[in-house]
Amino acid sequence: MIEARNLTRKFGDLTAVDNLTFHIKPGEVFGFLGPNGAGKTTTMRILTGLISKTEGEVRIAGYDVSDESDSLKIRKIVGLLPENVGLYDDLTAYRNLDFYGKLYECSRIERKENIAHFLKLLGLWDKRDVRVGNFSKGMKQKLAIARALIHDPEILFLDEPTANLDPESSKTVRDFILDLKEEKKTIFLNTHNLDEAQRICDKIGIFNTKLMAMGTPQELEESVWSNKTVIELEEVTDTILEALNNLPLSNITTSNNKLIIDVSDPQKDNPILVDAIIGAGGRIQYVTRLSPTLEDAYLKIVRRDQ
Amino acid sequence: MKLWKSWVIATKDFNIFLKKKRILYTLIILPLLISVGLPVMLSSMDNPIEIITLLDAFSYFYIILAIIQSSTLASYSILGEKIEQSLEPLLATPITDGELLLGKTISSFLPCIGVIYVCSLIFMVLSDAVTYNTLGYLFFPNLKMAFILLLAVPLSSILSIQLNVIISARVNDVRTANQLGLLLEIPFIGVYILLVTNIATLNVINVLAIIAALILTDLAFFYLNKSTFQRDNILTKWK
Ligand SMILES: Nc1ncnc2c1ncn2[C@@H]1O[C@H](COP(=O)(O)OP(=O)(O)OP(=O)(O)O)[C@@H](O)[C@H]1O
Ligand SMILES: [Mg+2]
Repeated sequence: MIEARNLTRKFGDLTAVDNLTFHIKPGEVFGFLGPNGAGKTTTMRILTGLISKTEGEVRIAGYDVSDESDSLKIRKIVGLLPENVGLYDDLTAYRNLDFYGKLYECSRIERKENIAHFLKLLGLWDKRDVRVGNFSKGMKQKLAIARALIHDPEILFLDEPTANLDPESSKTVRDFILDLKEEKKTIFLNTHNLDEAQRICDKIGIFNTKLMAMGTPQELEESVWSNKTVIELEEVTDTILEALNNLPLSNITTSNNKLIIDVSDPQKDNPILVDAIIGAGGRIQYVTRLSPTLEDAYLKIVRRDQ
Repeated sequence: MKLWKSWVIATKDFNIFLKKKRILYTLIILPLLISVGLPVMLSSMDNPIEIITLLDAFSYFYIILAIIQSSTLASYSILGEKIEQSLEPLLATPITDGELLLGKTISSFLPCIGVIYVCSLIFMVLSDAVTYNTLGYLFFPNLKMAFILLLAVPLSSILSIQLNVIISARVNDVRTANQLGLLLEIPFIGVYILLVTNIATLNVINVLAIIAALILTDLAFFYLNKSTFQRDNILTKWK
């Protein structure tokens, strides 16, 4: 559905996007993660036909973004939530949406229905006749999401949809994106919010000018380390450490009364560990598994580059 | 080109204009005051030569008025979009750069021309009424004024709009844009001074020369603007 091959964009001497290749299937939710200035917004602008690319090829639903008549077709089936909401402060919420509905070639009836539908869904229906200038940041963000959906697009590009939102509104928007996922929309999501990416996305790309890693959230997490076991003791003594050092284990770290141990095969290694500790007189309070988070994966991958 | 899309953009701008007091003042009150005030001034004069000099100069003044009006409207309509950061969602809709530029041109052009036609009509009728006794004939309508209203005023309005596209690409507040837009008036005001002081006289040939100059500068600006008003440049170079 969204296909980029060797995509590169330069601004003068600065390369903002370097040789990016990826493929997103219909109905997939793709999370594009990366630090500030990574080139996420630039990529999104190229994919939506807003700015040109320096090199490479991009196809959206089979259409070529650099072809002028294709680009118009792409824009009809794509909805965009840009980084800056860009609403008209002097117009009411309803008029803002109606204006965009017209430009997206929606009929009068479609506009009326869709505006009512989305404003109600996002909790803005009561405010439909209020000037957008009087809206809070979060309300504007929600209105901009409604605008992106006004023509019922197949593909959605969302640039940090929950930035500016309080926890409750973030949840509204996140649930809303999950509903869109149910409707089999293809979604390309720029975000800094790892937790959000993990909850919503089928596939994640970690990007910093170049694509550093790509996979399902689980694949990325597992790429960091396979397994760690945390054992909490009443007291960590030298005898215990010595006993553990005699075992063939790769990595042991201690913090307070906790031992964090890399284990390659937990089912086999954990009983051996526990026996060794007890043998050395240790009193075990908890044995838990430490799973890597997407954040661990993200930080490791992004830092590896620096 | 889908002209109706340009019209959708233009009507959206009209709605915004109606909510700005400063625009309404410049657009309606100012030309109305001038169109009524100038004939009132003429009513107390009795030297036919002086009256004709001033009537010519005032006729010409509508060109300057068209520049002021269009500049005010264009700076709101084009720079306004840049300031509100609405160009990105706008360009993401299925419109072409040309449709957008046409929409922006219509929204600055039509109100300006409409107001000038109405006000100049008031001016001509009132002027005839107060000068008929002294001159012995009706000064308006005349060929010069026809050329001014039908050609020079629209052409200067378009020139002013085009200049504002270039300015909008480079500045970030409406006031600066207006001040830069006023630079365009300097040569026109120079001519106006020559006319009121009777150093130059306005005749059909002069008016046609002004029109020719306007056509040439309009074309030059059109050529210059082609790359300025192009989506990639709008989103990456307009700072
Ligand atoms: N119009 C432009 N002209 C020059 N450089 C630009 C332009 N737009 C973006 N850049 C540069 O390209 C790089 C990528 O910017 P981009 O906005 O795509 O990053 P981002 O990943 O969206 O960052 P953030 O998370 O802060 O939104 C940055 O170094 C930025 O300075
Ligand atoms: Mg960004």
